[in-house]
Amino acid sequence: MARPTPRPLRLTANILGVAAFLLAVFPVYWMVNSSFLDRREIRNPVPTWVPFGGSLDNYKTVFETDQFLNALKISLMVTGLTILVSLAFAFIASVAVSRFRFRGRTTFIVALLVIQMIPVEGLFISQYKMLETMDLLNTVVGLSIVYVAAVLPFTIWTLRGFVSGVPYELEEAAMMDGCSRTQAFFRVTFPLLAPGLVATGVFGFIQAWNEFTLALVVMTREDHRTLPLWLTTFSDVNRGTDWGGIMAGSTLIAIPVVIFFLIVQGRMVGGLTSGAVKG
Amino acid sequence: MTTADHGSAPQARRTPLPYVLIVPAVVALGLALGYPLVRQVILSFQEFGLRQQFGNPPEWVGFENYRDLVTDPYLWKVTLRSVVFCLVNAAATMVMGVALALLMQHMSKPIRILVQSGLLLAWAMPVVAALTVWEWLFDTQYGVINYLLTKLGFDFIGHPWLLQPLSFFFVATVIVVWMSVPFVAFTVYAALTQVPEDLIEAAEIDGASPFQRLRNIVLPSIRPVLLVVGLLQVIWDLRVFTQIYVLQKAGGSTRDTNLLGTLIYRLGIGSGNFGMAAAVAMFMLVLTVTLTAPYVRAMLRQEGES
Repeated sequence: MARPTPRPLRLTANILGVAAFLLAVFPVYWMVNSSFLDRREIRNPVPTWVPFGGSLDNYKTVFETDQFLNALKISLMVTGLTILVSLAFAFIASVAVSRFRFRGRTTFIVALLVIQMIPVEGLFISQYKMLETMDLLNTVVGLSIVYVAAVLPFTIWTLRGFVSGVPYELEEAAMMDGCSRTQAFFRVTFPLLAPGLVATGVFGFIQAWNEFTLALVVMTREDHRTLPLWLTTFSDVNRGTDWGGIMAGSTLIAIPVVIFFLIVQGRMVGGLTSGAVKG
Repeated sequence: MTTADHGSAPQARRTPLPYVLIVPAVVALGLALGYPLVRQVILSFQEFGLRQQFGNPPEWVGFENYRDLVTDPYLWKVTLRSVVFCLVNAAATMVMGVALALLMQHMSKPIRILVQSGLLLAWAMPVVAALTVWEWLFDTQYGVINYLLTKLGFDFIGHPWLLQPLSFFFVATVIVVWMSVPFVAFTVYAALTQVPEDLIEAAEIDGASPFQRLRNIVLPSIRPVLLVVGLLQVIWDLRVFTQIYVLQKAGGSTRDTNLLGTLIYRLGIGSGNFGMAAAVAMFMLVLTVTLTAPYVRAMLRQEGES
């Protein structure tokens, strides 16, 4: 900060900053707050601003419903399968893109960038028809197939950055010391990629865990709902009656995402715009 | 920004290895996106309704679906609605995000950290969780927003926010903007910290007012970032689905609040008219891919520099 900000400007900025903070945080606070309130407090015409004397009853209700546990199971399976497959595929593809110059490389990269921007809404009709033909509607595998395709482009693109970040000279040095090329890669470069794999894995987790649209299309049966689907139907059935329970469910879904997001946030921000920032 | 893309092309010799390495990814993308895309093109030229769902072979109808679409005033209405919704949301997000980024430069450090952590929290919220909270905040009977507005002296007791289409889209806009501002604010703020300090100082010495400095130096130097971020907002807001779908379930007339995404869903999965749905989906794809071209070019420029 070479230039000091004039005082009135600083004051205005600070006031607006606090206002922005409140606007950003209040809904999140309200979700957590309401999740501790019982029905009487929820339906009180005067809102309860702080959950003094609140209870965990809403959470108990959520955990006692079979649908929640079932949705949790489905979500975990789909998310796990998506992460495993997309990381494995993306890892080797990113090595190809960043360690080799080959014909078709640019085409592949352009294709990734374009695919990354394709709206699921533009394809889910025929993805539905395809999975229907393959008898994969309402299956973990079916949903995972479309999820893998949805996260692969970004995962390859981001991992490519991590792989290129490890100087090739390191591998060359190892090769001069007698390693084969493969050995050099796995002994020198691979360990340095661990943070990148974790970051992209977490990204895959957030995507698959939060995803709503494709889950809605693929998982049409009630007993195959993922958590986001469960949450929206939960609010439909008990509309206007159990906001406390819904907020407890929302909080439960949000907690892992928020934690993971905070861990990888710094690494991911650059991904989409690093080209442009450079100008 | 140093995305350390490494210069030395390691292996120039011909080897099939890179092709082997990209095969799984190409096959996965081909199966889950490429094949459906081809199928969708075919589907969009077919009569594929309920009868076909029960085993009748689909009938080739050529451009009939597209002709129906072009002549359907409802589709034009939904398209126009989607475009307006997209532009309003993208513009609101950009204005607020950029303003916040500029303000962040002038805040005291503790306040800036406070704002950044708040934005991060909002950004991290899963879509459905954010949606249900906002539904709860806007709830007709027990919602805090009605309570506060009534306190402020307006008559909002029992006000149904989702009933009128305009008010419905207002709520949707609040939610979309709330969720999108953090990304814009953080990215633009990162770009602002890269603006060379001496340029601004030089302008100051030459007597440029703060506003002139902003207009003639700061904004032009972050122009590339603004363009890409703005473009991403347009692309993302054009395809908004979850927010609209969930709000529609909570109340409001579906017909008056459909955007392209929900229209495709309701045509296809809702009423089994897959041919028409595929045609609308093709229309949406073409629209998005056209918009994507400048983004891809900007990203490739970086790739080419390395």
